[in-house]
Amino acid sequence: MIHSLFLINCSGDIFLEKHWKSVVSQSVCDYFFEAQEKAADVENVPPVISTPHHYLISIYRDKLFFVSVIQTEVPPLFVIEFLHRVADTFQDYFGECSEAAIKDNVVIVYELLEEMLDNGFPLATESNILKELIKPPTILRSVVNSITGSSNVGDTLPTGQLSNIPWRRAGVKYTNNEAYFDVIEEIDAIIDKSGSTVFAEIQGVIDACIKLSGMPDLSLSFMNPRLLDDVSFHPCIRFKRWESERVLSFIPPDGNFRLISYRVSSQNLVAIPVYVKHNISFKENSSCGRFDITIGPKQNMGKTIEGITVTVHMPKVVLNMNLTATQGSYTFDPVTKVLTWDVGKITPQKLPSLKGLVNLQSGAPKPEENPSLNIQFKIQQLAISGLKVNRLDMYGEKYKPFKGVKYITKAGKFQVRT
Amino acid sequence: MQTDNLELKKLVYLYLMNYAKSQPDMAIMAVNTFVKDCEDPNPLIRALAVRTMGCIRVDKITEYLCEPLRKCLKDEDPYVRKTAAVCVAKLHDINAQLVEDQGFLDTLKDLISDSNPMVVANAVAALSEIAESHPSSNLLDLNPQSINKLLTALNECTEWGQIFILDCLASYMPKDDREAQSICERVTPRLSHANSAVVLSAVKVLMKFMEMLSKDLDYYGTLLKKLAPPLVTLLSAEPELQYVALRNINLIVQKRPEILKHEMKVFFVKYNDPIYVKLEKLDIMIRLASQANIAQVLAELKEYATEVDVDFVRKAVRAIGRCAIKVEQSAERCVSTLLDLIQTKVNYVVQEAIVVIKDIFRKYPNKYESVIATLCENLDSLDEPEARAAMIWIVGEYAERIDNADELLESFLEGFHDESTQVQLQLLTAIVKLFLKKPTETQELVQQVLSLATQDSDNPDLRDRGYIYWRLLSTDPVAAKEVVLAEKPLISEETDLIEPTLLDELICYIGTLASVYHKPPSAFVEGSRGVVHKSLPPRTGSSESAESPEAAPTGAPPGEQPAVIPAQGDLLGDLLNLDLGPPVTGPPLTAAPVQMGAVDLLGGGLDSLMGDEAEGMGGTNFAAPPAGTMPANLGAPIGGGLGDLFDLTSGVGSLSGSYVAPKAVWLPAMKAKGLEISGTFTRQVGSISMDLLLTNKALQVMSDFAIQFNRNSFGLAPAAPLQVHAPLSPNQTVEISLPLNTVGSVMKMDPLNNLQVAVKNNIDVFYFSTLYPLHILFVEDGKMERQMFLATWKDIPNENEAQFQIKDCPLNAEAVSSKLQASNIFTIAKRNVEGQDMLYQSLKLTNSIWVLAELRVQPGNPNLTVRLLAAPPRSLAHSLAHSLAHTHTDTHTPTHTHTHTHTHTHTREGRLQHQEEEILCSKSPCPLEGPRRHPRPPSPASSRAGAAVGA
Repeated sequence: MIHSLFLINCSGDIFLEKHWKSVVSQSVCDYFFEAQEKAADVENVPPVISTPHHYLISIYRDKLFFVSVIQTEVPPLFVIEFLHRVADTFQDYFGECSEAAIKDNVVIVYELLEEMLDNGFPLATESNILKELIKPPTILRSVVNSITGSSNVGDTLPTGQLSNIPWRRAGVKYTNNEAYFDVIEEIDAIIDKSGSTVFAEIQGVIDACIKLSGMPDLSLSFMNPRLLDDVSFHPCIRFKRWESERVLSFIPPDGNFRLISYRVSSQNLVAIPVYVKHNISFKENSSCGRFDITIGPKQNMGKTIEGITVTVHMPKVVLNMNLTATQGSYTFDPVTKVLTWDVGKITPQKLPSLKGLVNLQSGAPKPEENPSLNIQFKIQQLAISGLKVNRLDMYGEKYKPFKGVKYITKAGKFQVRT
Repeated sequence: MQTDNLELKKLVYLYLMNYAKSQPDMAIMAVNTFVKDCEDPNPLIRALAVRTMGCIRVDKITEYLCEPLRKCLKDEDPYVRKTAAVCVAKLHDINAQLVEDQGFLDTLKDLISDSNPMVVANAVAALSEIAESHPSSNLLDLNPQSINKLLTALNECTEWGQIFILDCLASYMPKDDREAQSICERVTPRLSHANSAVVLSAVKVLMKFMEMLSKDLDYYGTLLKKLAPPLVTLLSAEPELQYVALRNINLIVQKRPEILKHEMKVFFVKYNDPIYVKLEKLDIMIRLASQANIAQVLAELKEYATEVDVDFVRKAVRAIGRCAIKVEQSAERCVSTLLDLIQTKVNYVVQEAIVVIKDIFRKYPNKYESVIATLCENLDSLDEPEARAAMIWIVGEYAERIDNADELLESFLEGFHDESTQVQLQLLTAIVKLFLKKPTETQELVQQVLSLATQDSDNPDLRDRGYIYWRLLSTDPVAAKEVVLAEKPLISEETDLIEPTLLDELICYIGTLASVYHKPPSAFVEGSRGVVHKSLPPRTGSSESAESPEAAPTGAPPGEQPAVIPAQGDLLGDLLNLDLGPPVTGPPLTAAPVQMGAVDLLGGGLDSLMGDEAEGMGGTNFAAPPAGTMPANLGAPIGGGLGDLFDLTSGVGSLSGSYVAPKAVWLPAMKAKGLEISGTFTRQVGSISMDLLLTNKALQVMSDFAIQFNRNSFGLAPAAPLQVHAPLSPNQTVEISLPLNTVGSVMKMDPLNNLQVAVKNNIDVFYFSTLYPLHILFVEDGKMERQMFLATWKDIPNENEAQFQIKDCPLNAEAVSSKLQASNIFTIAKRNVEGQDMLYQSLKLTNSIWVLAELRVQPGNPNLTVRLLAAPPRSLAHSLAHSLAHTHTDTHTPTHTHTHTHTHTHTREGRLQHQEEEILCSKSPCPLEGPRRHPRPPSPASSRAGAAVGA
């Protein structure tokens, strides 16, 4: 099981370590640094590294490496999942998962790690239970703590751990009972030079924010549940009901959580809401090239596409770019060679375009590779797959909750080859 | 410490955990509190105490903690029990002996049947962890009841608990396919879990148990369909998760390509994937490539070949080559894609392309040679050894089509000593090839390279290869041509697949580190821990042979060359690139020494035997041990009339079946990855069989046995497939009787009774050769009519005769006769001449060759003299002489010394197991016609005799 955890920042400092069994020397991280050096880019550090006596399994999140040390044959996914859970918990507690936040709350961090893992076995990883055990820091509480000398350790033991629904704490009370669902869909797509779709799929999630008193039993039904054939569920969902009736039936955890995630992959269902016309060319034996891209709406279901950003990793030989944008603003970082164009909204009457000249290093050969365009956008009030929530029913409690569903479509890994 | 303030208590416990080790004496003082807290009315405090206790790693304290722990393990509250279960694992880590002595392990096993799912999960987790450090202890022996408990708990416990339970389930071996199916049905819902580790563990269980399901089952198809979506979903997770998932998918795709065959697109590389994800995706894309999707794949690969990342580009170019080799229909497109890439003139792309084009040439020779010109243009830009070697290989291989091949190779030769070994070896071979193809103009070049390789090089490989070529060329250029320019075996895409047995083992380790490294845990798990080999369960379904394509068809058409043998040639070709010539068709001779003596049975061996006749008792005498079991009743009164003789012969003859040699080791375990085969041949009531004893001396289970014979002199072939009903577990021995027939195809072997056998199992294919005693080929109707015997005896030409003597056989004529009859050698007549018993005998071989024999028994002389005549048209006498010897006087065990002494005492020397005969001049007359035959000098016929059999 998990032996130790090291937190390492981008400059290679180990700023936190925690051992659940015996102490493993920091020097074990040298193997990690070695791999990091080899990988050149931080994102390319292999997640599983073997050393003569240990295995290092690491994740890279928010510019931090979470490196865990294991000694026996442990499922690596188990470790990786757990590490992500640790990062999620920090995010949840401190609002951000950064070196500064962790250093500021080092006591809480240790308390959390102690509760999350017992002798390498996961103990309490549900945010609900953890928050009962260790209260998240708030400004008010830190003031009170510094005056009274008390700590964040809760004086109750987690009652949820004893129940059959470990994800929900008992005795929840709200004056306003609310249940909100966000249906968020991301389009992952690869569009080739000619504009046809090489690959496209939709990664969807339904995130919930449930603030309901007592033990509500909810069931959520869809207009078109057939869309969902590849789903992962939060443990609270009763799988049998879903299998037989295609209804999500569950006793929700308290607060924010991800109810389901799903994938829609059949290509005809994946609409591509934007198109890009591009013309990027470099002239042979000359130190300049042309750059011209235009973005327009495609299958946008009548909604406005907003928040458009185009990111291009230009070839290394590009020195500078002289462009004019009809809309929005662009920046080019000559060090990383990244061009970012913040477009904003598309108005069909006047399509936004960005064109101009590219300056290359003189004498350098014409670059072989053509840069890929990475596009971000957002469409409000639309789930591009067409998924629609039908109704939400609540059983088990008497009150009438406020209910709400919000849809949003975003670009995920949306890539246009040129 | 005995505070009621919970917060304070927690902090004190935390302090204890961290500092107990440095102050063990102080820590002892805390024991009382733990004992007390373990009896607190609040279950949460009891649990907290038991949890903290286990974390205090002080030996002295642990024994005091046993009592409270025992109580907590039986606590009424599940939360306490579940915490206590983990505490056992902690304690075991500190003091394993103590835990065993206190019986905690049994208590832990009981907890598997606990009513609370969390307790079950934690008990399983604790047991798995303990079991891992003690692989021998049989901690997790599961039975259908406990499996049922686990499956129930699976639905209700936390995600981490589900992982432990699923991993535990995966080590269970269901007793039949129905149980496997019901477990699968209950595990399938886990595929929709949000936690990817749960999903992958569930996939492991399903992949393993699927092995037991019959493919005809509807459920099998359903399951296949259900497996695809969760695997694809794993790919949308964080890159680290993707990486582990991809490594596992790589295994799954090799084992069951049908699962993901329609999901090619999800493996398309996104430009911002981390490199480790990109490379894995590429690998899987090739594995999934098929005729149906090859166009898409190629388009993608071409796209990747223009990316920025050098490593990735290289791999993409290689992938195009692999596609060409894998999907034949696409080869042309792949080649043209590669040519396009070469036109880009990007250095590393060109080099990779040339390396893969070489492989394409090896797969499709004489098809795409038109591209050679383009390749030659890029000769100068090659700076990597592999690409240079590939280019040189191409030039050498197609020297006759490249006009300036000699110039090209010469240009490489200039810097010969600066090249890497790979290039040097290749250059040497290529120039020799060139020389053999265009001998006139390249003589100087070949001289030059040979002297460079043999005289100026320090590399032994290079020197050796140089010398081999040199000698070959100087002694026999024709042979050199045959060797160097021989047809090469084609390469196939199999080369980069994981070996099937390893793959099966890895499938059992899905989701673990082993699956990430694609190595069995034994290859990297640290020393002291023993490793339990896991293997897939055997399929219980009926359609076995149909669905395991790699299983060689057992009892394949006889006479077909063992299909596996060319693999050797392939290997050799790859290893050396020596172009060694056609694959060796004969399996290596691994017969046990016992049987080696028979090698000179035929041909030259016999010639020399016959030559020895002149000296009376020649140098080849096979002394036999005394056959003490039979009374030496040598002077038995025997009537003179032939009629009497015939009567007598009918009276004797025990029909208990022919002589059976004891089993000899044919294939030692060392040579066959742990499989030991010993055996013998028997003939009983008209049927021949091969009695085999298979012993598994390896650590893994063996299954999928099959056997094949090479063509042999008498057309021996298995009459039925080799049936080993259950997999052979380590140290198990199974006895099998394989029925044989003689309808296989015939090829003369040397020695005549040599049999080359290939045995296959799930691990590998093994070859051995053995010698069968000829008497198994003597048929039951080998008793010749008296008149016929007379006529035949006269007709047989002289060259078909052999004589020898059998020593130390103190049997009387009657006993000899009955013994021989048991082996289907029938006495036709018997008479007494000058105090000697003369036995006239006949036998018939399975290929209808008749053999007649005259046996002289002298009372008081333990030696027998034998004259053999093989009936025309086929002359077999010589070879039979020895086989006859096999068949009688078999009461003694043989020894296997190889000394040759001319002794008639009881010394044994047997070069052959039961060889008791020796060629000797015989002056005895033909039974019916008086003296007629006289010894003749050996004639070439002896070698012809063997040839005739093969004809």
